[in-house]
Amino acid sequence: MAHASHSPLGGKLLTKPFLVLLIFALIGGFFIARRFIFGLGDVTHMSGGYPWGIWIAVDVIIGTALGCGGFAMALLVYIFNRGVYHPLMRPALLGGLFGYTLAGLAVVIDLGRYWQTYNLLLPWFAQPNSVMFEVALCVMAYIAVLWIEFSPAFLERFGLTAVRDKLKKYMFVFIALGVLLPTMHQSSLGSLLLVMGSQLSPLWYTIWLPLLFLVTALAMGYGVVILEATVVTNAFALPSEQRILGRLSPLVAWLLGGFLVLRFLDIAYRGHTGLMFAGDLNGFMFWLENLMFLGATVILGLRSTRTNQRLMFLASILLLLAGSLYRLDAYLVAYNPGNGWTYFPSVPELMVTIGVISLEILLYLVFIKKLPVLHGVRPVQSH
Amino acid sequence: MDKHRRTFLKRAAGGAAAAVASSGAGAFPRREELPLPPNAIGMLYDSTMCIGCRACVDACKEANDMPVEQPAKFSDWNQDTWDTAEDLSGRTLNVIQVYADGTKEHKDEVENGYAFVKRHCLHCVDPSCVSVCPVSAMIKDPDTGVVTHDRDACIGCRYCVYGCPFGVPQYEFHDPFGQITKCQFCIHLQKEGRLPACCDVCPTGASLFGLVEELQKEAEQRLAAKPGEPYVFPRGKLGDDKYPPHEAPLPEYEPYVYGVTESGGTQVRYLTGVPHEKLGLPEVQAASFASIAEGMQHTLYKGMIAPLALLAGLMYFAKRSTRQDSDDED
Repeated sequence: MAHASHSPLGGKLLTKPFLVLLIFALIGGFFIARRFIFGLGDVTHMSGGYPWGIWIAVDVIIGTALGCGGFAMALLVYIFNRGVYHPLMRPALLGGLFGYTLAGLAVVIDLGRYWQTYNLLLPWFAQPNSVMFEVALCVMAYIAVLWIEFSPAFLERFGLTAVRDKLKKYMFVFIALGVLLPTMHQSSLGSLLLVMGSQLSPLWYTIWLPLLFLVTALAMGYGVVILEATVVTNAFALPSEQRILGRLSPLVAWLLGGFLVLRFLDIAYRGHTGLMFAGDLNGFMFWLENLMFLGATVILGLRSTRTNQRLMFLASILLLLAGSLYRLDAYLVAYNPGNGWTYFPSVPELMVTIGVISLEILLYLVFIKKLPVLHGVRPVQSH
Repeated sequence: MDKHRRTFLKRAAGGAAAAVASSGAGAFPRREELPLPPNAIGMLYDSTMCIGCRACVDACKEANDMPVEQPAKFSDWNQDTWDTAEDLSGRTLNVIQVYADGTKEHKDEVENGYAFVKRHCLHCVDPSCVSVCPVSAMIKDPDTGVVTHDRDACIGCRYCVYGCPFGVPQYEFHDPFGQITKCQFCIHLQKEGRLPACCDVCPTGASLFGLVEELQKEAEQRLAAKPGEPYVFPRGKLGDDKYPPHEAPLPEYEPYVYGVTESGGTQVRYLTGVPHEKLGLPEVQAASFASIAEGMQHTLYKGMIAPLALLAGLMYFAKRSTRQDSDDED
């Protein structure tokens, strides 16, 4: 098996994109400060009807799915033992690290009684029937696992190879947890909606929610890996990973195809096909999601895509948009609490979400420049 | 892929498929629904008896130490006199809302009519809010069935607000240290032998306190009697003579007691003169949402045995893959 050696990218930190991202992160930080001083109502448009806004739907529900690259690749590389994909593993883990860590941060900003968050860990408060309880513990554990899985990059950077080798012996435990925990909580992000009942449109509400959420998490994980590999290899003129990505694409096409078949059959089986053609916002969003899913499926399934970077890039964008929209719809758009409640995020609320995402990309850039993350980096500076 | 791996993965996938397939076939095991607690207390709200005086809103605010709400849009005709809360919120646990149509001439009629509705916690028999709360902050009393909230346990995730099919729990968004608020059936007054404030103050008996089973009988009795006949309406607490009853002709009811089946049943029940959905009481299926969500979770997790078995399998394969790794790495 050919193996990956990783090295830092090097180069200047204070680039233009870095500064732009930093400004957005600071604006987000300003509104986060306001949230803590004046309360959630000062910054957001959340209400009694829509107690969860984009901080949950985007930063957490979509954000963690975008952080599933590490999960999706670990499943492939270590469980299905497909070593060829190994070069994609570390950058995927890094994406997951920030996706999840910052989703955790978003949760703390969003929690109405954040100073009591530790109650989740006190056994006498535990409520094991709660899907939220399972999600909370699972995500906390997974964030820790991600940092451990990624830690060899730190240890190599600081020359602690002895520690790294020792850790490597036990790494299989964390790799296994790194597959188990996202399987659990990503499906549970679907189960969280099972209690919504009639408040959620039947085009989204189904007992298959856990499976549909798990599949979109995996698919979006692969989508992020494809996007990230394409963008990074181009932006920093690294050797293309197209050959590996080409092998990955039909697999993702199968996964997405399965998702679409299940989704449509289930809606037909439950007798709600008419809602797809109701001509309302829900119907429109449903088709928008599924046509993008279908587009991604077809492009990834084409043989010619495997050698075509542009098509691959387009497919990954479609896939990520479709998956994100599916989650946004299920949590906000297709959710209707009745009694005339409406929700659209406020500008400060949006700025916090944009700030968190900016911080994520910013940290990613810092890490790939300073730590051995990427594979096939030509030594620009003296080695 | 070696043989072991293939068998394991096949079995794992097969197990998952079987679990979901059984659910797709309609044989999906719901968690058994909770029964009505032995001494379940509740309320019968008779919309036709309600005169919309809002005395219950005022009494509720006083009993629970809640601030007065006066939306700016009503300020030109109402300055510091009445509470004009329009909906439940972090400041309002109980609210009277009105249905109005056309000329609003006739009480309890759909066309050109109007009708009142009182909204607060329905104290579900199998409450979603208790089921979804990760830190046991929502508690249903096993004896009386009253659903209470413990703000010292609450982390403010607002899943109860999101999940309640009746839109009852609220969060104080205006407060940096906000809490979840909901009607707790004035348990603090009940401990002193008093009635919940809204039932205590209601001048017509539209809000009637009592044991759920007796209230249900009372409701059925009103539905069975002939409209227009004189009927003796109790006030305060059913079966108690603290307040004298009053006699009035029976109205024409919708032939339905709201709250008997909704999401597994509720301990607050409604009699109305117009269809309940006109009053913002949502159409809710009979099976409790909590029993569906918990049923799925218990099926998938099998008391954490399934995840542990999966973990063991995953560790086995991860170990094999990493061993191969270190054999030929660097």
